[in-house]
Amino acid sequence: MRGDDLKKGASTAIVWLLLLAMPYWLPAIGGYTELGARVVVLGLAAMSLNFLLGYTGVLSFGHAAYFGLGAYGAGMTLKYLVPSTSLSIIVGTLVGTIAAAIIGPMIIRLRGVYFAMVTIAFGQTFYFIAFRWNTVTGGDDGLTGWQRLPLDFVFGQIDILKSSVAFYYLVLVLFAVATGCMAWLLRSPFGRTLLAIRENERRARFLGIPVDQHIWISWVISCCFVSLAGALYALLNNFVDPRALYWSQSGDFVIMAVLGGMRSFWGPLLGAAIFVVLQDYLSSQTQNWMSFVGLFFVLVVLFFPRGVLGIIRRRAAA
Amino acid sequence: MSLLRVENVSKHFGSLVAVNNVSMNVEAGELRAIIGPNGAGKTTFFNLISGFLTPSSGRITFDGEDITALRPARRVWRGMARTFQITEVFPELPVRENLRIAVEVAGGNRLNPWLSRDADGEIRARIVELMDMGGLADKADRLVGELAHGDQRATEIMMSLALKPRLLLLDEPTAGMGDQETYDITQLIRKLHRDQKLTIVLIEHDMRVVFHLADRIMVLAEGEPLAEGTPREIGANEAVQAAYLGTAAAA
Repeated sequence: MRGDDLKKGASTAIVWLLLLAMPYWLPAIGGYTELGARVVVLGLAAMSLNFLLGYTGVLSFGHAAYFGLGAYGAGMTLKYLVPSTSLSIIVGTLVGTIAAAIIGPMIIRLRGVYFAMVTIAFGQTFYFIAFRWNTVTGGDDGLTGWQRLPLDFVFGQIDILKSSVAFYYLVLVLFAVATGCMAWLLRSPFGRTLLAIRENERRARFLGIPVDQHIWISWVISCCFVSLAGALYALLNNFVDPRALYWSQSGDFVIMAVLGGMRSFWGPLLGAAIFVVLQDYLSSQTQNWMSFVGLFFVLVVLFFPRGVLGIIRRRAAA
Repeated sequence: MSLLRVENVSKHFGSLVAVNNVSMNVEAGELRAIIGPNGAGKTTFFNLISGFLTPSSGRITFDGEDITALRPARRVWRGMARTFQITEVFPELPVRENLRIAVEVAGGNRLNPWLSRDADGEIRARIVELMDMGGLADKADRLVGELAHGDQRATEIMMSLALKPRLLLLDEPTAGMGDQETYDITQLIRKLHRDQKLTIVLIEHDMRVVFHLADRIMVLAEGEPLAEGTPREIGANEAVQAAYLGTAAAA
C-alpha cells in the first residue's frame, strides 16, 4: 500500500512539473503555448468524462452537449451580457451544469448502450438548436465578435488576451481546482460508493446505496467540469461553433479517455495530449488525419486495454 | 411479534407462476431454512423478500411495516441484508476496501465527501473486527476476485453484516464449496445466530447444513408451500420425502 501511495505521489508530481513548466519546454520542442492550453482544456474535459466513465462505470456519449453549453454560455456572456472574463466562465459552467442536472433524472435509470444513446440524443438536440438559431448563436458560422478580456484584480490587471502564457496559467489554475476537487471526491466515502457502483451495481444496491441518485450526482459533477472546460475552450479560441456540441466531439472525449487509460486518474490527460498533438501535426500533413488517430486508437484498445498510461505503468512495474 | 411476515405472496412471469400464494412468519432471533427441489421458487421467493423483485400479489411486512413495494436500498436501511447464490462482491477491490464501503454506507457516510480522523479510526477498527470474525485478517489487502470461493463468500457475508442487519438473508451460502469451506461457513452462520442473536433466513441445498442450523424449515415445491416445521417434523414428513425422492428418481 505504502509503495503504491509513493508511486501515485511521484506521478502526480511529475504531471504537475510538466504542466507548470509547459510554456518553457513546449516551444523548445516545436510546440506553442496555445497548443499547451488546448491540451489542458481538452484534458480537463476528458478527465471530467472519466469521472463518470472510469470511476462510476457509466459511458456518456453526449458530453459535448455540456462542453458546448459551457462554451456558448461563456461566449454569449461576453458578447451580450457583461465584459467580464471571470463572469463568463462562471455563467458557462453554470449553464452546462444546470442543463445536466435537469436532464439527469430522465437518463440515470438507463444503463450501458441505452444510456449512451440517450446522451447522444440530448447532445444532438443542443447541436441543432445552436445550428439553427442563427440570430443568437451565429448558426453554422459560429459565435463571433467577442473576445476574452484582461482579468482585473485589486492589485492590477493580468492581460490574458495578449499574453498566451498568462492565459495558459489561468487555465492551469482552474484545471488544478477542478482536478483537485475530483481527486478529493474520489478518495472520499462518496467516491468509494461510485467505485462500488462501477464494480458491482447489484452489490452496491444491496448495501443500501441508492444507485440512481449516486449516478445522478456523479453525472452532474462530471458535466460541471466538462462545462468549465467548454467555457475555457471558447475563451481559448475567442470563438464557438456548433461542432463543440456535435456528437463526434463527445466521441473525441471518449477516445482521449480510453486512449490514455480510463482506470487511471491522469490517463485521460495523457490521451488528450496525444490526441491534440497528433491532430496538430497530422492535420498539417493530410486531410485524413482522423484515420491515423483512429488507427492508433484501435491498436491501443486491441493491445493495451488499459491505455497508454497502462503501458507505462507496466514498464515501470517490470 | 414476527420480524418478517410474508402474506399470500405470488409472483408470475407471464403465464409462469414461480411463487404461488406463499406465507411465512419469521420470529426475531429465529434461523429459518427454506428448502425444496430445483425450480421450486426458492430464489424467486427470496428476491421478493429482499426487493429484487416485486410480488404480483400479496403483502410483506418487516417489523410491522409494509415493505411490499419498497426498493432494495430502502429495505437495507430498515435492517435487511442479503447475499446471493452467485457471490456478489467488488472483485477488483481488496477485502479491506470491500468492507470499508459497506461500513461507511452503514455509518450514514455514503454522501460524505470528507471523514474526520476520529470517524476514519472508528471505521478502520470496525473493518478489522469484521475481518477477524470472518477469518479474513490475513487476506486484507488481497483482491477479492483472487480469493478462494469460500473466502469470497465470507467477504460477502461480512459486508452484509457490516450493515448491522436485523434480518440476514443467505441464498445458498455453501453452494459450490468443498467440505472444509462448507464447515467453516456453517460455523460462521451458527456463531452469528447463537452469539449475536441474529435473525437469519437461508436457502440451502446441503441437508446436513440445514438440519444442523435451522430452528424451523419451510419446504417449497413448484412454487407452493409443501410443509413447515422443526427439523425433526420435516425429517419425518412423508410429503417432503416424496417430493425429494420424486425429483431424485426423475433426475
